[in-house]
Amino acid sequence: MADYSWPEADRRGQIGRRPARLDGPVKSTGFARYPSDQNPPGLLAAKILTCPHAHARVVRIDTSAAEAIPGVRVVHVIQGEGSEIQWAGDEVAAVAADTEDIARDALRALQVEYEVLPHFVTEKHRDRAPAAQPGSERTDGDPDAAFASAHRTVEQTLGMPQMAHMCLEPHGQVAAWDGDELEVHASTQAVSTLAGQFASELGIPATQVRIRTEYMGGGFGSKFSPDRWGIVGAELAREAGAPVKLFLDRDQEVSVAGSRPSAFARVRVAADEQGKLVAWDSDSWGSGGLPGASQTPLPYVFSRLPNRRLRHTSVPTNLAGSRAWRAPNHPQACFLTMASLDDLANELDLDPIEFLDRNLEFTGRADVYREELGIAAGMAEWKERWQPRKRSRDSALQRGLGVSIHTWGGRGHASNCDVTVHPDGAVEARLGSQDIGTGTRTIVAQVLAETFGLELPQVRVSLGDNRFPQSGPSGGSSTVGGVCASTRRAAQDALREVLTRVAPRLEADPEQLTAAGGRVFVEGEPSRSMSWTEAASRIGGAPVSAQGRNPGPGRLISSGVGGVQIAEVEVDMETGVVQVKRMIAVQDCGLIVNRRLAESQVYGGLIMGVGYALFEEWIPDPVTGRLLNADMEFYKLAGLLDVGSLEVHMMTGPGYDERGVIGLGEPPVISPGAAISNAVANAIGVRVPWLPLTPDRVLDALAGRGGIA
Amino acid sequence: MNGAVRRLEVEPRVTLLDGLRDVLDTTGPKKVCDRGACGACTVLEDGQPIYACSRLLIESAGRSITTVEGLGSPEAMHEVQRAFVENDAQQCGYCTPGFVVATAALLARNPAPGEEEIEAGLGGNFCRCGTYMGIRAVVAGPGQAGGDGGGNVGG
Ligand code: FES
Ligand code: FES
Repeated sequence: MADYSWPEADRRGQIGRRPARLDGPVKSTGFARYPSDQNPPGLLAAKILTCPHAHARVVRIDTSAAEAIPGVRVVHVIQGEGSEIQWAGDEVAAVAADTEDIARDALRALQVEYEVLPHFVTEKHRDRAPAAQPGSERTDGDPDAAFASAHRTVEQTLGMPQMAHMCLEPHGQVAAWDGDELEVHASTQAVSTLAGQFASELGIPATQVRIRTEYMGGGFGSKFSPDRWGIVGAELAREAGAPVKLFLDRDQEVSVAGSRPSAFARVRVAADEQGKLVAWDSDSWGSGGLPGASQTPLPYVFSRLPNRRLRHTSVPTNLAGSRAWRAPNHPQACFLTMASLDDLANELDLDPIEFLDRNLEFTGRADVYREELGIAAGMAEWKERWQPRKRSRDSALQRGLGVSIHTWGGRGHASNCDVTVHPDGAVEARLGSQDIGTGTRTIVAQVLAETFGLELPQVRVSLGDNRFPQSGPSGGSSTVGGVCASTRRAAQDALREVLTRVAPRLEADPEQLTAAGGRVFVEGEPSRSMSWTEAASRIGGAPVSAQGRNPGPGRLISSGVGGVQIAEVEVDMETGVVQVKRMIAVQDCGLIVNRRLAESQVYGGLIMGVGYALFEEWIPDPVTGRLLNADMEFYKLAGLLDVGSLEVHMMTGPGYDERGVIGLGEPPVISPGAAISNAVANAIGVRVPWLPLTPDRVLDALAGRGGIA
Repeated sequence: MNGAVRRLEVEPRVTLLDGLRDVLDTTGPKKVCDRGACGACTVLEDGQPIYACSRLLIESAGRSITTVEGLGSPEAMHEVQRAFVENDAQQCGYCTPGFVVATAALLARNPAPGEEEIEAGLGGNFCRCGTYMGIRAVVAGPGQAGGDGGGNVGG
């Protein structure tokens, strides 16, 4: 069997370097055409009418006035008379018209009468929830005995509300029919799986659906399905006999197109005199809108803690259903756990890093965390600069340091890749994957160039089309492992075939040949060589191609990473404003293909993390059931100067490289909430039980009020 | 627009952004919030950065509009565009056109802006993927702290 592996460190031409992303020039010049930028001839614009009530029944819809407007092509009722609507923002009707302005005129002319029904949108008050679903209690060991004999115990209620994905390119697509063939330019994370979903909803064979996603403007876990607006867009196009562009307006995007479930918990955790954890008890609840929310993995990372009791209540609300949000359930579990442990360390009069270190046996990756904690502490000058929680309020500006650790899987998904070597020496990989901004296109090109001993301009990567070999959706940090493995296998097979064909010319066995530096040569005898172009020209008239798969033979990927983050904050004791001064991230992800892109992923995670730690939350109005901040003015993302100085250290080299490629998209976004909350507690001497750490909540905590239910 | 005179007839209510994207097929400027709150639609009007979503097209009649495509092309990038590539100041890239135009305008006004000027020039642009480290390096210029020391662009 062929040997599929990554080259040794001293023989790597591409892997581990820092090439710039290949689509940088088209993106920075505006030449990249995203799905929302497609303007095929005859294009119609579509808009959706959404329900303004959080819970209602449609009594009557009158479309006649809308249909009478010149330029309106199709009016489509999505949820007709008698339908029960369960959240504000749910789709009721759609219009396709010659221009977007005309489509909006038509929405205003649609007359819908609702019977308004009672709603519930504030899951923080689970006792008031009409449909709370308490789960069964799970107990391991003997938590009661362990708490009874513990040296120190802390108990408190913590919580973080729902927040939005806020993809900058809204959800949507351009759908065009050619006879009974449908082509969809979709802003999606799932090029290969979308066609089947469109087909079954539209009643056509999947072979008649083409999905194209050359570029897309962010997904973060929210763009895996066609969604109702996708199906409606395709139906409008079919009915109108013209291509239809349908992208959500920003208020719709924020309200219905993706949110992270909230997480609240009464947490009790205890340690013995040596500072060892002995027991955990949590009574948690949360909501992801109508479907409620499942138990998060508690206690987070320290999952081998023997004595514990977990209860969880899922609280459905009249809000749109949540979606996978970058590292589903982990940021919430991380905050609930790491904030509780930090408070326990404080009770024990222990440095929190020392406390984590003493308990690493309860994690699955003690050695990695220990090494990372040491590096992070060094970068932060923790030993010199950390001080126990301040009790005095001697000055208006108080600084603090906080730490958190996290974990993630990141195993590569199923992927297929075709690699073709043309007689002119050009090399191409084709796969039905997508580059959602992580740099997939660039990384596949590096694997190709690495394998054939070429430079990046000599290889081509084609993705973003479901006509290419099936490759998994980009979720769970699974893409980099999947596409690197399938590409490497295909490329190694194609190269072997080329070498077999040119070996006689070099009077060598194929196994003696190596491709590197743009040449093919006999290993150890570089003079017996030919250029890559010459080698390719000798493969015959037809290209050589091979298909690679993941999973497959050889140790190219694995899973399971750990990371440590330290935050430094400054809190204004008079205004309650928190500023993140500095974030340090130490992260492993196995073999790093592109150092620059890996660091960008971590920076991106930290920045998104500062956003949800300080600013971001859904604010539903209990009276109307609608979000009060479904926009970008009052739903605030972190800005350029809000994020302090960010420093990233990637664990790499011996001990890490041989694990193969592991995904990195999710892990760095998990810890910031906990690390920043811990830093604020360190700065001001009390725990703010909420994320985000808005000024009012900081002032409430300082005044000893404002706890959670 | 972008060096050429364009004549078109639109309803008075059509925004500059919709006119650019839907009528002139100039899709570099992006429609993200459509309410002047994100900066993704930033273009230059007579050299000044404006939010194209918050201007009516007829208000721009007779003026010079430069979009991100007008600054440079993939083959002949503006120096700010090249710096965005070199510093990996883009992930999904959807915020990038607005940031590039706003950064070019900022650096044209002041090649070495201080924190307050950066806040004024770029505080109205937002990125969801978190590319601010790269953008800061672009603003700081080559060789400044925060730049990507590890060079090696394009392979
Ligand atoms: S789209 Fe114009 S500022 Fe957001
Ligand atoms: S690069 Fe994706 S929003 Fe900025």
